Amino acid sequence: MHQELNNLYPKLDLLPNLSVREPTMIATAIRPNLFLDLKQNLRRFRKQHFSSWCPNSGLTQYLNKNTKAAPLAVFRILFGLLMLIAVIRFWYNGWIEKLYIDPLFHFHYSGFSFIDASSSPVYLLFVLSGISAAFVCFGYKYRIAIIVFFFSFTWIELLDKTTYLNHYYFVSVIAFILMFLPAHCTFSIDAFRHDDLRYEFIPSWNIDILKLMLAIVYIYAGLAKLNSDWMFHAMPLSLWLPSKFEVPLLGSWMHEKWMHYLFSWAGAIYDIFIVALLLCKSTRLFGFAAVVIFHLLTRVLFPIGMFPYIMIAASLIFFSPSWHLRILNKLTTLFGINGDVFSNGKRTSFGRPPSISLILLSAFMCFQLIFPLRHFIFPGNVYWTERGYRFSWRVMLMEKTGYANFKIVNGVTGNRFYIQNGDFLTAFQEKQMATQPDFILEYGKFLGKHFAEQGHEHVEVYVESYVALNGRASQPYVRSDVDLMKTTYTKLCNQYLTPFNE
Amino acid sequence: MRSIIRSLIILALPIAVLWSCTDDDNSEGKNVQDTFNRQMMLTGIADEIIIPSFEHYVSKLEGFRVAGDQFSLEASMPTLEQLRLTYLSAYKAWQHVSMFDIGKAEETKLRNYTNIYPTDPNVIEGNISNQNYNLLLPSNYVAQGFPALDYLLYGVGQNDADILSILESNAYRSYLSELINRLHDIGKDVLDDWKSEFRTTFINNNGSSATASVDKLVNDYLFYYEKFFRAGKIGIPAGVFSGTPISTSVEAPYSNRYSKELFQESFVAVQNLFRGISFDGSTTVSSLEDYLQHIQELNQTEDVAQKILDQWSLAEAQVNSLSNSFKEQVETDNIKMLEVYDEIQRAVVLLKVDMLCSFNIQVDYIDADGD
Repeated sequence: MHQELNNLYPKLDLLPNLSVREPTMIATAIRPNLFLDLKQNLRRFRKQHFSSWCPNSGLTQYLNKNTKAAPLAVFRILFGLLMLIAVIRFWYNGWIEKLYIDPLFHFHYSGFSFIDASSSPVYLLFVLSGISAAFVCFGYKYRIAIIVFFFSFTWIELLDKTTYLNHYYFVSVIAFILMFLPAHCTFSIDAFRHDDLRYEFIPSWNIDILKLMLAIVYIYAGLAKLNSDWMFHAMPLSLWLPSKFEVPLLGSWMHEKWMHYLFSWAGAIYDIFIVALLLCKSTRLFGFAAVVIFHLLTRVLFPIGMFPYIMIAASLIFFSPSWHLRILNKLTTLFGINGDVFSNGKRTSFGRPPSISLILLSAFMCFQLIFPLRHFIFPGNVYWTERGYRFSWRVMLMEKTGYANFKIVNGVTGNRFYIQNGDFLTAFQEKQMATQPDFILEYGKFLGKHFAEQGHEHVEVYVESYVALNGRASQPYVRSDVDLMKTTYTKLCNQYLTPFNE
Repeated sequence: MRSIIRSLIILALPIAVLWSCTDDDNSEGKNVQDTFNRQMMLTGIADEIIIPSFEHYVSKLEGFRVAGDQFSLEASMPTLEQLRLTYLSAYKAWQHVSMFDIGKAEETKLRNYTNIYPTDPNVIEGNISNQNYNLLLPSNYVAQGFPALDYLLYGVGQNDADILSILESNAYRSYLSELINRLHDIGKDVLDDWKSEFRTTFINNNGSSATASVDKLVNDYLFYYEKFFRAGKIGIPAGVFSGTPISTSVEAPYSNRYSKELFQESFVAVQNLFRGISFDGSTTVSSLEDYLQHIQELNQTEDVAQKILDQWSLAEAQVNSLSNSFKEQVETDNIKMLEVYDEIQRAVVLLKVDMLCSFNIQVDYIDADGD
């Protein structure tokens, strides 16, 4: 078994010579050698153990398959460019102030409550993510740039969950994957300047992992649409489309019921099958046309910013390496660079016997496959409780409108007063808060603490809340007899939500 | 090669179409409409409700100003009485325009300069005695407008004779007429703007985005309903937001007999806009109620409009049992005040949840999908 598998690996001497940069000073020479020994030992260890553990020789064969790096380079360039535009657009629209500076209070992600907009260098984060996105685009100091981008962008997203959008999460996920991929090995400044970073070929899985991630996004989004509201009541599109009468060409039909059904069904079918269409060579062009039309339609219809462009750019990854190479060659000619230097025939060592990157990314992809399904373990309707709703590719799935009126009560005297939410929250925060139990709870606890600090005694916090879901009449939401100061999120979702009345 | 060109064309065409037909902020309306004609609704509301209400308001302010001039010429009990009468009718007329915080009214902060209460007698007296003040400053919101006039006309002295003798002094008289003139001028500016340009802007901005007229009008309407109508006139004095009643926070506490009348007037205005009843009551125009019913019929959901109207009838009946002076009501039997508040509040849920979700109104211009 050992022998057999070993034969499948290319000869070790094909690996780039890591000792090329031999230090001249004897004193410092020891350390790098020691380090190299360690590295080689580690590799040998992983090779032996992983290989013998792995029963499927097809898998190892696959992991050693190489492909041209061009698609990854195009992906990197477009991703960096779009992120740079996204950051500039965000800033230009004044959203930094509006969303992160102006609000008195911010909603935190559980587990990340130590991140708060008031104590974060918000502008610096935006500057960092903008600059690092540009560096990623040009492939200049790529490794550092993509790491800086991932952390600064994700930090921004963690500042306030009011602004949660699936596409911001998608960006963080892609940036995470890119941290481990050699996206700078061709058509980048790094590769142009350093021979040892330049590779024409990379392991196929480096590209396939991005395709897999897109497949997860689309297919989970599609499966989530297979519910009765979406399929049989054309909700929430029936609520959203009638007000879109301004859209060119289609505008005059936007109030028609059949149009709502058409959009709902087409959307679900598109999400489920698009990746298959893109994978298959004969349907690829048709699939891509569908991608473009679908995303531009969503761009016209809904306020979802850069997302359509990101998805259109990302789905180019399904095109053949030669297609990408031609695009890249056109680009280099445009910039007056000789692109021939990148055709050096070299293959990267990434992923050959399982590298740390491969192991980490495999674990990450398993997480991505499982995490969106977590709502199955929670009781209740996920649309109503919203437990397990985020980070699950539930995109544009519901229209939820709510109203939450908070009451501060002195538990001893019974003296009470109500809160005007506008005193603490922005209109956008209030809208998001009123329909989500975790927001209601966090805000309720904040109010309790605030008034206790102001000298109020025996503070109890109650909420009278109502939610309308997908066109149904408004229903009471959180039970109004529950003191929010004394409850937890799990209890609130499991016991203190008024049952959903279909 | 051909496939590259083909795919690039596929990519480029829709993007070109897109760039040409959207911008981030769809504030410019096009003449395409859903089956419910938004532009017709906006036209009706502008021509039959907003503009006539402002015309009425400004004409009442003119009467107020004339009475102010009379009083300046000859301060006497009859001229004071005349001044008070015109004050009341202008204040009532104000109740019909307060909610239209849009266009010039929003730009010039008309509502802040006109009706921020409780007023602050100390600031007023300070302004009058040191003569060095700037009414444009936000710190002087509490020293002008109807609440300050309520103080001057009813609260500067213990009784009418006292009041008259204080107002006779030049300093008081000139401050009084300055307040009246300013009230008139800022109100007239807004009316003039509606009549010259803003009507067209308002009607043509018939799209659907956070800055389109329908979205703006509805957002303003709900904001007014919650903050000024529900909280300002009833909730705050009844102690809903403080735990203890604050009887001095009612509207017009110094005259101490008009707060209910003013409240009822604003309630009429709130309902008229919703139902599309013209200012003079002679016709009805296409309204929020019609729009709501249209959407509900489309989706075959419950008739929320009727629920809202029913809720308001309940509230109206409760209001009738209140004292003419809310200050008195709060001091003697605040429970009744709280009961009215609860009825008004119940409609908030219907308006802010059921109605808003039917209209698909944007709260603000921000990237946000349905999750």
